[in-house]
Parts: sequence; C-alpha cells; structure tokens
Amino acid sequence: MDVRLTSEQQALRYSVAQVVDRLGPGTVRDLDDGERAAKLDAAVDASGWRELRVPLEGRAPLASGVETAVVAEELGRGLADTPFLGPTLAAELRRLAGAPPAGTNETVAFTGSLAAAAVVGPGAPPGTIAPDARGATAALVLVPHGSGHALASVPLGPTRPGTDLTRPGAVVEPGPAVPVELPDSRPLADDDLSTWTALGLSLDCADLVGVMRGAVDLAVGYACARRQFDRPIGSFQAVQHLLADAFVLMEGSRSVALHAAWSVDALEPGDALAAAAVAKAYCARAARTVCETAIQVHGGIGNTWECLAHVFLRRALLSTDVLGGVGTSLDRVVAHHGIGGDRGLR
Amino acid sequence: MDFGDAPEEAEFRHRLRTWLDVHNPGLPASSTDDEYWSGQAAWHQSLYDGGFFGVTWQTSIGGQGLPSVYDVIVDDELAAAGAPPRPSLGYLVEGILEHADDDVQARFLPGIVNGRDRWCQGFSEPDAGSDLASLRTRADRDGDEFVITGHKVWTSYSDDAEWCLVLARTDHEVARHKGISAFALPMRQSGVEQRPLPMINGITKEFGEVLFDGARVPAANMIGRSGEGWPLAMTIVSHEREPHELGYAGRYAKQVKDLVARVSADTGGYRAEQVRDLAWAIVESEMLGLHVRRRLSDRLDGIVHGPEGSVDKLLMTWTEQAVGHAALSIGGARATGPDDTLLKVYLYSRAQSVMGGTSQIQRNLVASRILGLPAS
Repeated sequence: MDVRLTSEQQALRYSVAQVVDRLGPGTVRDLDDGERAAKLDAAVDASGWRELRVPLEGRAPLASGVETAVVAEELGRGLADTPFLGPTLAAELRRLAGAPPAGTNETVAFTGSLAAAAVVGPGAPPGTIAPDARGATAALVLVPHGSGHALASVPLGPTRPGTDLTRPGAVVEPGPAVPVELPDSRPLADDDLSTWTALGLSLDCADLVGVMRGAVDLAVGYACARRQFDRPIGSFQAVQHLLADAFVLMEGSRSVALHAAWSVDALEPGDALAAAAVAKAYCARAARTVCETAIQVHGGIGNTWECLAHVFLRRALLSTDVLGGVGTSLDRVVAHHGIGGDRGLR
Repeated sequence: MDFGDAPEEAEFRHRLRTWLDVHNPGLPASSTDDEYWSGQAAWHQSLYDGGFFGVTWQTSIGGQGLPSVYDVIVDDELAAAGAPPRPSLGYLVEGILEHADDDVQARFLPGIVNGRDRWCQGFSEPDAGSDLASLRTRADRDGDEFVITGHKVWTSYSDDAEWCLVLARTDHEVARHKGISAFALPMRQSGVEQRPLPMINGITKEFGEVLFDGARVPAANMIGRSGEGWPLAMTIVSHEREPHELGYAGRYAKQVKDLVARVSADTGGYRAEQVRDLAWAIVESEMLGLHVRRRLSDRLDGIVHGPEGSVDKLLMTWTEQAVGHAALSIGGARATGPDDTLLKVYLYSRAQSVMGGTSQIQRNLVASRILGLPAS
C-alpha cells in the first residue's frame, strides 16, 4: 500500500500544470481569445494526453486510470478549454470493444440528462447531446447487440454555448448511426460498461478536485487582497472558516477521487464502479459547496460575469452531471450495499 | 500508486484475520456502553500480545517498526470482523517519544504500548478549555517531588487510569505558555480524587474530572524539560486530531457495517430518506479510510505531522457526525425496546466536534497555517 503518486505521475502532473498555466484562460475575457485556445488545443494535441486510454498492445491501455485522472485534475484546475473527457471516453469505448482508433476527433453522446451514454436504435433519439464536443465531428453511441452493446457513430452539429463555458457541447444531428466495425465481433458486455462508467466517473471526480483547487486558490487570493474595515477580509474569522471548510472538502475529495482512479484498472468492474460512485457522490456535493463559497467570498464581484468564480462553478456543474451526480451516485452506493431493496437499483 | 496490499501486507492481513476468528471479544460498541470500558484493557492486552497493536512503533518500546500503513490494515480487519477498534492512545506515545528523555521513555512507554498500564490525560480545566494555556493547576517543588494542586476536566478514562499525564504550572513569573511542565503522575494516591462525568448519551465510565489536592509526583517523572509542557501538549493534541492515531476510521466502518446489516435484513422497513442517510454515512466512512491511506503513505517520504492534522480532524468529525445522523435516522429518536445503542451513537457523535480541539479551533488553524490567511 503506497498511494503516493510515482515520480512519473508527478512529472506528468507538472507537465500538464505548465501547459494550462501558460495557455489556459486566466480571466473570463481570455475565454474569447481564439488564438490562445487554439494554442492550448495544439499543445494538448501534441502531448498525447487524449490518447492515454488507447490500447498499447492487446487490450491494455497505454496508461492507467491514475495517469488519466492526473491530467483531468490539472485541466480542471486551470479551466482548460480544450477537450479531454469526451475524446478520452470515446477512446475507452473503442478500446473495450476492440475497435480501431477513430480517424477523426471524436467524443461520446449522452442521454439528455447526461447520466448515461446514449443508446440508439436506428437513429439517435431527440435530445441526445455530446458534452465536451469542441473540435469533434462525430460521437460514439451504444447500439443494443445480442446481450450487450455494439458501437455506432453519429454526426454532430456545431458546438453551442452551454452551462460550462470551457467545454461546449453539440447536439446530435438527425441521421442514421453508422456501425463501428468490431474486428473480433465482440460486443461490449455489462462489465465493459461498468469499467467505462468507472473511468468516466473517476475523470469527473478528478476534474472536480481540480476545479475545487482552482476555486479555493482564487478565493484565498481575493480574501488576502480585498480590504474592508481597513483590513483584508481574509482576516475575519467568518471568512476564514468558509475557506477552511472549502479546503478540507477538497482534501477529502482528493482522497476518494484518487482511489476511484486507481480502482478502474485494479479492481473488478463492479467494485471499480462502486468506488467511483462513492467518489462521485462525495466530490459532486463538495464541489458545489466549494464553488459557491468562492462566489460568496468574492461578494458582489463574485456575482458578475467577469469574475472567474462562476466559470469554476459552471465547469463543476457539467462534471457533476456527466454519468450522474449526487442522486445517481448514492443510488449506486445503495444498490452495491443492498440496502435499498429495489428502490436503489437504477 | 497502489491502494492494494504488497505481499507482506497481505500476509499480515491474513494472519490478523485468522487471529480475529478466535480472539474477537464481542464487546459492545465503544462509547455507547459502560461494559465496553470494563473489557477494554483486556482487549488492548490481547491485541498487543497477538502482535497487532502498536506495530508501527519502534521495537525499543514494544512496537514492531512496521510502516504506518500497517495500522490501516489493522483498522480494516477489526471493522470487517466486527471487533472493537484499536485502543486510542497513540497521541500519548507520540508526545512522550518526542519530548521525554530516554529514562522516562524507557520507564513508561512499554507499559502504555502493551496495555499493562492505563493512562489518562490531564489537560483541560474548568477555566482552560480552548484557551489551554490559561491553565491554573500548579506544581510546587518539594525536595525530590512536586506537589500538584488543581482541577482537571474532560479527562477520558480517568476512573480506570493508573497514570495521568498532567500539565501544571511550574513557573508563575514567565509568559503563560512558558511556565507549564508535564508530569507522569500516579493516580492511585491520596490527594487525587476522580469523579465520573456522565455524558449526554448516559455512559459514565469514559469521561471524568480529577481534583488534585496535594498529590505528589517524583521530579524524575517530569516529561521533557521544565517549561516544555506547552510544546508537548501541542504535539499530543496535533496527534489526537489524526484519525489513524485513534483508529477511528475502523470504528466508523464497524458502525456503518452494523447499520448496513440492520437495513439490508429488512429493506422494506426503511424509508428512502433513511436509506439515503445511511448511504451518506457509507460515503463519508469510506472517504475517511481512503484519506488515512493517503496521509500514511505521505509519511513514507518522512513527512511528519503538521497543520494538516486539523484537516483530518474536520474530516473525521464530519464522518462521525454523518454516521451519527444515520444511526439516529435508522434507529429513531425513541428507542424501541431496551436497546438504545443507535441513539447513544448519535448523541456521542456530538462530542467529536469538541474533543481534541473544537472544529472552530481547527478551522482557525487551517486558515492561518495552511491557507496563509492574515491574522485577525
């Protein structure tokens, strides 16, 4: 038992941090700077971070859930407006199905609530959307196939501004779903989808931890700089206790999120999913509180568009919704422990 | 990064699991039943003699010199077997290790670790709670001894203890933090009066107050130098904030396991919000266990405890109180029949945000020492 990041994992984290600190949005206005965003996207593209779940040989991924989560956390901290979750989850679906890597930029389509991957018949149902779709022209969906699911590709419309200002989504265009060739004709089994969901939830949690770190840093900086009653507002105990609670929530979240990320490849799929559900319930509840605290500490400014605090909150809200937030995750915990009868089995 | 067991860790885990099949004493839940304390000393000794208590301390004081993460394995397995948690006294050991000279360490630490000597901690006083440095208990030199006069409260296990680690003022002329010394004081003497303080959940054996009226302690029992009482107290309370020092992750896991067993045996008998309260207790309890793994892994770098103990204390408190709320939700405020254990679990949980430094004090420490916020 040694849950420290290895030196390679620390080096990876440092590399991602360097890129987002240099090219990520430092202000709300930076979000409109297309030249900067293109540079960030190019840097992430060149890094290969979006290919960490591509199979290396056989079916094993290039990197484990831990490395993938390390990248997600730093991208979340830096509000990186470049795709990561979508393409990583698309690559994971292809890996699990034994399908060849996508030729174009690809993401995954979800049900309208974002709580599950979209399952389609002949075409995608209305309201099927792909979050984190910047630069993607197609999204993967699931198609019932025997006792499991096959993969198909659906075309995406242009991205539209949504809740998360850093990761716009796109609506699936009407039209037929094009089957993805599976060379060994092996559809995705329930266990595969548990692994996939566990990875997705782990990346959500890592992103939420990063967002919390970023939001706490922002709020602490403001509390030290902003003066009222001739002293920094961060010297008032009422403000200090808000920020202390936020920091502690972030630390607890990091512990569960790391475990979820490790579980993806180390535990049986059902146990990995249970670990991810515990982490998601904890991180999603914590992240909303932490981001709300960041807005509160900023006072009036925190309620204006120009303050980054709401950009953190908005990013947290999307990461919360993808694959289910607090309620869905608690239902999974209930089902795993057999304490809900039929009630928790959703 | 690996949350799983290395081969030698798996072997230790297996050995403990096998041992517990035979040696689980089946005590009632800790802190909810006076019966627990009457069996606690025997449990400590049994666990130690089995080779499963104090394993991470050095061999010179009775430990086994194993890495800190072995305590996680002990907590896991005790909870899984429904056994009582580890005795909570690591903070005393750490304080004495850091501040006492070799003679005092050799005389006292083995007995604390192996459970043959029972200890309590005389810190708080009626007028010195969060503001501990205002304590007024005095130690006056008389030949080779000190004479102790004063009043201590919130003294856990004082009725059972043979020894008290007492803080007393030895110098009234210097700044208040600098005039305090610490002693290992024998409790079984005239001049020491112990009174139980019944807690809000009705238990009487855990909590007490102690009056010292001319109690005597040899000067050779001073722990650390004269005037070193304050830094020693800070060492102890900082360890007292660490869930792994207390074995509390295992305590909560056991309580959660008991609640899960109760509800899963009758899933139709509980409403959705009761199940949800229990689900949160599961989430919090698992979080704390994982958090402890992360903290103890950090120690492999040689990182010693610091202000992050306050982070852990708050996480531990939130966990205990979530478990307490689940116990209240599942058990109901009106105990059905003679078993009101769950109500007692709930009521006891209110103490966690006070003992070892209030949650408000912990937040002050996080704000100033971790976040670097300006002094108020």
